[in-house]
Amino acid sequence: MALLGVVLLLSIAVGAKSMPLGDVWSGLLHRDATEYAVVHRMRLPRTLLGLIAGAALGVAGAVMQALTRNPLADPGLLGINAGASAAVATAAAFLGVTAIGGYVWFALLGAAVVTALVYAVGGGRGATPARLALAGAALNATLYSYVSAVMLLDTASLERLRFWTVGSLASADSATVTRVLPFILVGLLVALGAARPLNALALGDDAARALGARPALIRAAVIVAVTLLCGAATAACGPIVFVGLLVPHLVRALTGPDLRWLLPYCAVLAPVLLLGADVLGRVLGRPGELQVGMVTAVLGGPLFLWLVTRGRVAHP
Amino acid sequence: MTVIRTSRLSLRFRPRALVVGAGAALLAAGLGLVAVGSGDYPMSAADVLRTLTGGGTPAEQFIVHELRLPRLVTALLVGAALSLAGTVFQSLVRNPLGSPDILGFTQGASAGALVVIVLGGSSLALAGAAVVGGLATGLVIYALAWRRGVHGFRLILVGIGISAILTGVNGYLLTRAPLMDAARAVLWLTGSLDGRGWANAGPLLAVTAVLAPLLLIGCAPALRMMELGDDTASALGVPVRRLRLLLLAAAVLLVSFAAAAAGPVSFVALVAPHVAKRLTRAPGPNLVPSMTVGAALLVGADLLAQRAFTGHQLPVGVVTGVIGGGYLVWLLAMERRAGRL
Repeated sequence: MALLGVVLLLSIAVGAKSMPLGDVWSGLLHRDATEYAVVHRMRLPRTLLGLIAGAALGVAGAVMQALTRNPLADPGLLGINAGASAAVATAAAFLGVTAIGGYVWFALLGAAVVTALVYAVGGGRGATPARLALAGAALNATLYSYVSAVMLLDTASLERLRFWTVGSLASADSATVTRVLPFILVGLLVALGAARPLNALALGDDAARALGARPALIRAAVIVAVTLLCGAATAACGPIVFVGLLVPHLVRALTGPDLRWLLPYCAVLAPVLLLGADVLGRVLGRPGELQVGMVTAVLGGPLFLWLVTRGRVAHP
Repeated sequence: MTVIRTSRLSLRFRPRALVVGAGAALLAAGLGLVAVGSGDYPMSAADVLRTLTGGGTPAEQFIVHELRLPRLVTALLVGAALSLAGTVFQSLVRNPLGSPDILGFTQGASAGALVVIVLGGSSLALAGAAVVGGLATGLVIYALAWRRGVHGFRLILVGIGISAILTGVNGYLLTRAPLMDAARAVLWLTGSLDGRGWANAGPLLAVTAVLAPLLLIGCAPALRMMELGDDTASALGVPVRRLRLLLLAAAVLLVSFAAAAAGPVSFVALVAPHVAKRLTRAPGPNLVPSMTVGAALLVGADLLAQRAFTGHQLPVGVVTGVIGGGYLVWLLAMERRAGRL
């Protein structure tokens, strides 16, 4: 929590015009301070968006890893964010949707379709982590080739989408935040509510039933939660990879596998990572900035490789 | 399986594979004739053949030899090289999804090319950068996946990780470019044969001419044995590690040069070997049928891309992307049903 507070303040303070923390404070609280405009119009929405999107991706990754019993499950790697992107690209190019209000619904639809598909392919018996990751990579490749085809046919959507497809918090304003907030809140609540029965489900369907859980219902609830969380986060900041993979693995080292502890910690630490990556991108990319999606890809990739090469992933 | 024996030489082959290979080659040639003959200046097949053999008016000579033939040759070579590399990859990692699109080699080539597009450079520099990017990615993936030999699945997973990182880098490079260059970059990333000349076909032709015989004659029997597993192959006298390194290097070179010639045309390397396998019904890698099927596939896709929408030419990568993507989803469903995934 303290860590989160520090990163929140940093995220507000660091930028094209950096300001000392004292100014941040006065900008936050006093309407007449010169920093008021910068803080409230630009930095604050961006920070809030990072907060909720990070929480969404982290929790989505954690419940997916639990549901598929797969340490490599990540909304980005399995193509769910790409599904949302493909739907948004379609909406932007062919249906003339340009605002975040419209994006959300299409992103949710795309995320829902891919989540169902990935679960159908990877959720059953005999599905190994590596095979699921491979199926996700294949879906990713397909969807990205579709997105680039759309951008190619329509230069206007290229101009709009090429920033969005990297994954960035830069376009955040308060309208974006209020638009996606309800979806993410509902998704978080559903995921947290499913934590206890998901723990039971880890023992296998029969044992879970004996403990009073209803496996089919839990699975449906988790799929709904993942769809809401990933779809809304992607609509607001574009596809961001590795946050959903990285955070649950780090947190598991602290809390152990109990989801009742794991999920809240993920919800706190994932925004720390996302905002930290965003701040890092703004510091490294001066005077412009590096998109946060790129920073997380470059930071998270090595962790993925480490997981794989350390042999933590069971071979088929 | 048919065996021909003379006193000094014996040759083993499957008649069906031979028929498929030859059929696909004929199909590629036929499609090529149509492709050369059609366009804003239509020519009959007889005219095309006459011009190719040295006849025809100067105008026809120019159109065929300078405009349409280089494009066709590039398409044939890119198709053949990609599907040959795809067959080798799929056989090496023993997985039908192990194609260079998914393992990250094409993303590496793209990253190299994007750097040149963003910094500004000639098309020669772009092709060179694509080759360098693809090779460097291949080296990194091999180095990371290497631990007492390369295991097929570790190679796939490392490839997926690298490819995710590179996708982020590529997206970032795309945002750095001005809009005009970004449009050019996306066109390149999709894979296009528009305006390809002999300068594009030349390097790929040289590389394919060296590597294809090496793979087809030198490595095919050993590759078949390696599909039985490393231990069995070693017991049968195959130098597994050295051969795997050689095969990987050859396949990465083919992919990189193909990407340098036409951009990373998606899914040809994945789909063509599958089609060849279904047609020949032969076990093991079908290197020759895959090559001819790949060539026919790309020429056909390019023809479709040029002619499908009148007045609006698509890059060939869009067509292969749509066909390949649909096929991939179907494949995943089938694999799932068969319990292999």
